[in-house]
Amino acid sequence: MSTAELTAQDAELPKDLVDTFIDMAAHEHHPRGAAIEALRLVQERFGWINDAHLAHTARILGMSQADLDGIATYFNLLFRKPVGKNVVMLCDSVSCYIMGAEQTRERLCRKLGVKMGETTPDGEFTVLPIVCLGHCDHAPAMLVGKDLFGPVRPEDIDGIIDDIRARKK
Amino acid sequence: MTGLNPEKQPLLALVDRETPLDPAGYDRKGGWRGLRRALGMSPAEIITEVTESKLRGRGGAGFSTGMKWSFVPKESSKERLKYIVANGDEMEPGTFKDRMLVEGNPLQLIEGMIISAYAIQARHGIIFLRGEYHLGLERLQQAVIQAREAGFLGENILGSGFDFDLHVHPSAGRYICGEETALITALEGRRANPRAKPPFPQIGGLWGAPTVVNNIETFSNIPHILANGTEWYLGLSACADGGTKLYGVSGRAKRPGVFELPLGTSLGVILNECAGGMQDGYKLRAFLPGGASTAFLGAEHADIIMDYPTPEKAGSRLGTGLAILLDDKTSPIGMIRNLEHFFAQESCGWCTPCRDGLPWVERLLIAIEEGRGTQEDIDRLHDAARLIGPMGRTFCAHAPGAIAPLASGLKMFAEDFQRMVSKPASGTAESGAAGQAA
Repeated sequence: MSTAELTAQDAELPKDLVDTFIDMAAHEHHPRGAAIEALRLVQERFGWINDAHLAHTARILGMSQADLDGIATYFNLLFRKPVGKNVVMLCDSVSCYIMGAEQTRERLCRKLGVKMGETTPDGEFTVLPIVCLGHCDHAPAMLVGKDLFGPVRPEDIDGIIDDIRARKK
Repeated sequence: MTGLNPEKQPLLALVDRETPLDPAGYDRKGGWRGLRRALGMSPAEIITEVTESKLRGRGGAGFSTGMKWSFVPKESSKERLKYIVANGDEMEPGTFKDRMLVEGNPLQLIEGMIISAYAIQARHGIIFLRGEYHLGLERLQQAVIQAREAGFLGENILGSGFDFDLHVHPSAGRYICGEETALITALEGRRANPRAKPPFPQIGGLWGAPTVVNNIETFSNIPHILANGTEWYLGLSACADGGTKLYGVSGRAKRPGVFELPLGTSLGVILNECAGGMQDGYKLRAFLPGGASTAFLGAEHADIIMDYPTPEKAGSRLGTGLAILLDDKTSPIGMIRNLEHFFAQESCGWCTPCRDGLPWVERLLIAIEEGRGTQEDIDRLHDAARLIGPMGRTFCAHAPGAIAPLASGLKMFAEDFQRMVSKPASGTAESGAAGQAA
């Protein structure tokens, strides 16, 4: 059973991703070596990894869906639930704690009206705790999408969030 | 970065976090000299030179790099599949040194990896980079493409007959991936649970092939050793081991940051001369010398020599060499609770003492911090430290690392703990994360 047969009858993932995954798998010692990178690419395109995309990726890589889901649920940067357009990750590790990250977190949650782990009703922001971002000389550190911020004091939160909202309009 | 002397600060001298050098610019500034010399040597000669330079791993464990390489089977890269892997999973809380190296001079890392690959005769290389380092990923991917176009990667590198290529693997998270066998398991597309050793990766690593995993900072030292020789490299250091070290501090220092200094520099110099000392109004109470998984040392050690043996003699470890400062206005119990939350969350769940013991430790610490704790809770924490801490109770060093700040903290801050369990439950306002809970 070749992967070509499987992908031809299946339109769940766009063709360019399917081709990319087949190519990635061919360059690995074993196709499953491409699993994490493939899941990352699915997420980069769609924001999260839904069941159909997971199942399709598993078929391309010759893995069972359960096996691949075991990976998707192991790694904290892979999302198996929808997230907001902007994923806000606030460091909760030790250097940021010392520099007042807990107060920054309170202000962030109050500003967005959500708890950590939740998404704003307008779908714009998901807030998540994250382990040390390696930005400890600018603690408290925060990552929004691919943009790194720090030091983020409670009084900086309004400006950062308002800027992002304005950018989207 | 300007103003650094390449003779004294080779690792950071060419770091430019705005616009890193391209292969030609790197060449003009003295790059690739180590690689050119190495390709004219035998692999065994390189391993000997690296061993004699007394470079020890900069990721935390401090194992001799040359010796690590010497365990790899000696067949040529054409005869046997082998891998060289850069560990860029910089997730040890309080550590922010490898970020500078990948963002500011990715070619130095790549040159180090090519030399290392030639020394162990590996044909394939992988840079494992933590997923949150978006700029680092972009810079590394660009540098790999540039290096390939310039003939430093691919077939017959610089006419030597040696073939080597590498790619960047952006990780999808989890602290445990920094453990080398877990990292290898992640690269194989599996849940990143560490593996039992032996076999050691140098014999049976990625896909069962001999694999050397070294830290980014370790690889970044290699070009300089090969370019300038063992004598020069040993002369950089202020102690028996070779080279410079990326040191740093975080917490309530005036100018927290990363500084390249002779290996064996004292914390006093790092904190007071480089980082400007403590912020006004804050006093140093204790510190973790090299990341979250190193034991607390008290302020009486504030001038400790940051080489490999001295922190060990004092009951801790050099670790990553980036110290986390506990000041007199932050609750030590809150800090330990924060640390144990991290370790409990990041346990991979494979071994029971780690998976079940660390969350229990965290719950006990929360109870004590909130003023609900009892003497018995402190006793249970001591039990946990005694039962979970020793190496060998679990597959990997995650649990011993988690217990290092707990066990040392229980001793050092015994009075703080005692005070928290002996006061009435209503008296919690002035305690807990003092100076934190606004």
